[in-house]
Amino acid sequence: MVRVLGRQTLSVISGLGDYALFTGRSFGSAVKSRRLGRRIVRAVYEQGTLCLPVILIVGTFTGLVLGLQGYYVLNRFGSQGLLGALVSLSLVREMAPVLAALMLVGQAGSALAAELGIQRNSEQIVALETMGVSSHAYLVAPRLIAALLVFPVQTALFVAVGLWGGSLSGSLLLGVESGVYWSSVEQAVGSRDVRECFLKAATFGLLTMSICAFYGFNAHRCRGASGARAVSASTTRAVVLSSILVLAADYVITSFLV
Amino acid sequence: MDGAKNDLLLRVEGLHKRFGGQVVLAGIDLEVRRGNLFTVLGPSGAGKSVFLKCLAGIEPPDAGRITFDGRPLGAEEPAARAEFRRRCSFLFQSNALFDSLTALENVALPLEQTTDLPEREIRARSLEALRQLEIENHGDRYPGQLSGGTQKRLALARAIVTRPELVFFDEPTAGLDPRRRNAVFAMIAQYQRQFGFTALVVTHDVVEALIASDRVALLDQGRICFEGTPEEFSTSAHPVVCDFRDSAAALGSCLAAIRRGEHLQSVDS
Repeated sequence: MVRVLGRQTLSVISGLGDYALFTGRSFGSAVKSRRLGRRIVRAVYEQGTLCLPVILIVGTFTGLVLGLQGYYVLNRFGSQGLLGALVSLSLVREMAPVLAALMLVGQAGSALAAELGIQRNSEQIVALETMGVSSHAYLVAPRLIAALLVFPVQTALFVAVGLWGGSLSGSLLLGVESGVYWSSVEQAVGSRDVRECFLKAATFGLLTMSICAFYGFNAHRCRGASGARAVSASTTRAVVLSSILVLAADYVITSFLV
Repeated sequence: MDGAKNDLLLRVEGLHKRFGGQVVLAGIDLEVRRGNLFTVLGPSGAGKSVFLKCLAGIEPPDAGRITFDGRPLGAEEPAARAEFRRRCSFLFQSNALFDSLTALENVALPLEQTTDLPEREIRARSLEALRQLEIENHGDRYPGQLSGGTQKRLALARAIVTRPELVFFDEPTAGLDPRRRNAVFAMIAQYQRQFGFTALVVTHDVVEALIASDRVALLDQGRICFEGTPEEFSTSAHPVVCDFRDSAAALGSCLAAIRRGEHLQSVDS
């Protein structure tokens, strides 16, 4: 029992070390990488443009539901005028960074893990190394740099459409004055809230994309599976672990910033 | 004598590699001379691909010394290893083409990532490589849209676009029918002479290798048990060479025995 526990602990520590080295090497190799800008633009397109519809749809529905729930709760206390504050603070402080990150993990993160896993399986990653090309610089670094840019922008869009969704259900359907709603939003959200929102978004972006890249890149080391099953298992582990860590990191960041 | 010494491009001494308890390479010594088409033969599972991957730096050897153009390649020699990678190419059994890039982008990739050549020059050299391999009409296609033979040529175009001095070929004819095997070996021999690179091929296709190669070696149980010219291989009395070389005749004997109704003890015997 103790031996198994010890072995597991060592395995986790070793895995964390590998992950830290992987992420560090990816950023380090980016410095010497040639034509990095073009690959960053492509990664921004993959994580940004291709994921935009899901961010807009989920953001809108989140705002609609918050407006609806918030209205009925506030109505009990005769405080419908604070609906804008409730929707905006909920979105900016918690829901937008977390939900946007989870959506991006589901779409861009899973795609990244699967793509790298297949490239590992078909020897494309080894081929890069034999050409003298750093696979970290070529395949991973642009994705991580793009995540630092894209996640905050996607989160901001999530907030924007969420506020619009809240106004739609609160003002248009339930009769809260539109001016009151938007004025409440303006008064409630401070620059500190916005900074916290962007900090969370960038942290989640780096954390999730590096985990997805790490699992895909090391798909050949997947325990208990090989070939296509290893790609599938690595992708699943990457998405599950990223999602859990988004929530855990959210708690840690919030506890430090509140 | 000095000329012969200077001709030496790659020297391998006492190369060892094991995976867990399984010894794959048990002390390989080999010399490859510049401009040669050198083929390492061996049965499946003999460790040919591992040997090639150790040479190319994909797998780190457990022990041994590799010298390229007079410079040792060790873990403690990163500059020599980088120089080696710049002057070598590797053609994978699976071709290892980037399926999300077009044929032209695949060929341009090593130039884009390892040189500071301007875009126009990279494009011109990539198109030239496609033209030399007679696949210039497929530049806009993705590897998945190409036939197996064309993919092999595309992989070779990518391997030679950096004008390497040494090209490693890992089982280039694996899984191909006899006509395609001939075509691939003819292609390797033709371009090896045309571009003047040194080729180190590992394969188990004896007939094609003997026709196309300048020198051959036979890898068995992790050691080189024969090294010489194809003519010497054809006349060698070494038991392992005879067994490997005459495997087709052995199959004929087995089939004749089966037809006579004799019971075979085992395939190996």
